Formats: sequence, structure tokens, C-alpha cells
Amino acid sequence: MTRKAVALISGGLDSLLAARVIQEQGVHVEGINFFTGFCVEGHTHAIRKKDKDKPKRNNALWVAEQLGIKLHIVDIVEEYKDVVINPKHGYGANLNPCLDCKIFMVQQAYQWIRDKGFDFIITGEVIGQRPMSQRKETLPVVARESGADDLLLRPLCAKNLPPTLPEREGWVDRDRLHDFSGRSRKPQMALARQYGFEDYAQPAGGCCFLTDENYSIKLQDLWTHRGEKRYELDDIMLLKVGRHLRPEGQSWKLIIAREEGETRFLSGYKGQFQSLRTLSHGGPLALIDGPTLNDEQIREAAAIVARYGQGKTAPEVELEYSPPGGDGRSVTVAPKAPHEIPQSWYLV
Amino acid sequence: MKPLRIDARRLLCPMPVIRLQDALEPLPVGSVVEITATDPGVQNDIPAWCRINGQRLDGIEQRGNEYIITVTKLCDD
Ligand code: SF4
Repeated sequence: MTRKAVALISGGLDSLLAARVIQEQGVHVEGINFFTGFCVEGHTHAIRKKDKDKPKRNNALWVAEQLGIKLHIVDIVEEYKDVVINPKHGYGANLNPCLDCKIFMVQQAYQWIRDKGFDFIITGEVIGQRPMSQRKETLPVVARESGADDLLLRPLCAKNLPPTLPEREGWVDRDRLHDFSGRSRKPQMALARQYGFEDYAQPAGGCCFLTDENYSIKLQDLWTHRGEKRYELDDIMLLKVGRHLRPEGQSWKLIIAREEGETRFLSGYKGQFQSLRTLSHGGPLALIDGPTLNDEQIREAAAIVARYGQGKTAPEVELEYSPPGGDGRSVTVAPKAPHEIPQSWYLV
Repeated sequence: MKPLRIDARRLLCPMPVIRLQDALEPLPVGSVVEITATDPGVQNDIPAWCRINGQRLDGIEQRGNEYIITVTKLCDD
């Protein structure tokens, strides 16, 4: 009887290799990929025009195609919020709740194999590879707290761990699994060569934006100014786009497009946000995130936005302020000088 | 058979792919889905998804900033 396994596919090399190791043993493998909203996948490429020439492939789909397996993409945006907002095991260097995230994903995969009649779960985890979620002490935590226990097999480091059910039952041959450990990527690269995989994705920090320091600063700022840790998918998408600028002590911030692609992307949000657009000169679109601005605040915001358009040195610039989904009205202001926008206003 | 239309405009990949996948799942084999999206990434991602999952890509048409993609369901799951 052919055994069936589901592989957690992030789009990186480790999950690609882990799945291939098990496929080679005659197990039927399918992939599962979770969409949290924070994934680094093609988004910024899709938005920013200057990145247009880079391939916009989705790495998880690419991996599945290399392996010749089906890929099930699961939208976990709603359920994942609790992982980001209340991680039981805390955050890593930034707002990345890696350990809770792993537990959650394996838990979801465990539910999936029960629903679909699959036998076990594979991940590309390697002991010691990542500081938070892949330590020797934390790998058993993932297995235990997800409920998957010994149905969770890590083919790349299985020989360093106690035998799991698939090994004990002989569904897979433990001798043909691996004993990788530590931060070195050399064993993975050698195995990739052996299998003939090239052109695989090598994300530097991790698999999502939560490991990014600048992104985490913007998310923390959002929570601080909302007075609660809460977000919607649109919020976290917008944190990936534009220049974010919060004038000191203000309850509103500006999201200013840096180029045409971003302007196009942000204009899709004009129905939900107040916005500013330069009329008299070429200039970016800016969204205003916060309560409805009064006239003085609109002039302040307009003077900042004018600074980023072609009229930045003109004595006056005309802009259009629009309430969410409403008709615009004209505002004429003197653009702010660079020294009037302190560095501390930038949420990098 | 009239295609089922899905509006995935303004959604970034992989959301349009997820919308397509979830729309096809309950439908009988032979059903046709037409998805409209604005993220240019769909030109790569939806064909890749179809190849991987054994579904048929009938065509991609670009109208201005929009991509209209037609897919026929060939197999379950
Ligand atoms: S980097 Fe992001 S997706 Fe990856 S384990 Fe950490 S929190 Fe989860």
C-alpha cells in the first residue's frame, strides 16, 4: 500500500529537498502552503514597477512543479492573527513568532491529513538552522504542541531525532534520511546538486516579512497608534508599500507612493482611505491612515506630500484632498523643506 | 456551460490563485471558471497552478490592466 505524506512547502530549498527525499522512497507526496499575508512572495515585485523585470514566480508553485506534486494553498489569514498578536512562545529578533507559527502550521497540516486520509507530515526543518524555531529543544515542542507528535517527520535531520512512526513502521527507511544540523547550508546545497535542482529561492532572513526589522517597526507603530494589537489583511499589505511617515505626536500617518507602480496600487485603496494627489505638478499619490483630518492637518499633510513631487522647490503646489470614496477638493500649500521633515517621522 | 466568474481584482498573488482553487473545489469536473485579476503575477502563477494540479488553462486575455483567465476543471482535488 502506497503511503501518503503532505509536505509543508514554503518555497525555499529545505522544504523542496525534504519532500524529494521522501518521494524517492516511493511515498506519494502532496504539498501544502500557507498564506498568512506576511509571505515574502511576489507582492512587492507585483507592485513596484522597477522590479518588473525580475521573475514574478511564486516559489511554492515553482517547488511543487520541480517535484511534480500537487500543491494546496491554504488561506490562513484570519486564524493566523492570533499567532502574531498573542504568541505563547514570544517573538524572535523582530515581530516574528516563529515557534508559534511552526506549531500552528503543523497543527493545520495535521488536521488536513486527518481530513484527507494521509499518513504523515514532512517539514524541511533542520536542527540549529534557525535561532528560534529550529533548536534541538524546540523541535519536540512543535511536534507535541501541534498534536502531530510522531507523525511529523523531518527528513533532513531525522537521524538526529528519535524515530517517528513512519520510520518505525517501515513506511520510510531511516537509513536513507539525513542528519543535517547547524547553520551551514552546505549539506543542503550538495543535496540540491545531487538531485539536479538549480535556481531555487534562498530567502536571506526567513520566509516572511515579520523577520524584517523595518516591517516590524511599521507594524508596531500601527498597533501603538490604534491602541490595540489588531490588523486586517489590507493593513499588512499596505505596510509593504510606499514611504510611511508619521509627523510627531499625530494620530495619522501618510503612505506616500515611491513610484508609479505603487501609485497604481495605492489608488485601489482610495475608497477606504483619505488621500492626497498633486494636481499642479507630477507627484505621488498618498493615503492618509487615521481619523478624518481637519483643515489644518490637511494642509500639513499636503505640504509633506508636495515635498515628494516635482513641485518640491516651487513656491506653491496644488493638491487634491479626497475623503474615503468621496469627491476631492483642492488645497494649495508651500511644500515643506527637507529640514522640516525630521528623520524621526519616517517609519523606515 | 456558463463559466463561474470570480473577481480577484486588486488582490495580490497568491490570493487570486487561492480564489481560483477554492472556487473549483466544489464544482463538478468539466466546470469552467473565469477569473479577473490585476496582479500581473497571475500570468505565471495560474498557469503553473493548473499544470501542477492537472487542470486546464483555456486562455489568458489582457484588457487594459486586467487579466481574464479561463480554466476548466479536469479532475477532483
Ligand atoms: S519567518 Fe515567518 S513564516 Fe517563517 S516561521 Fe517565522 S513567523 Fe513563520
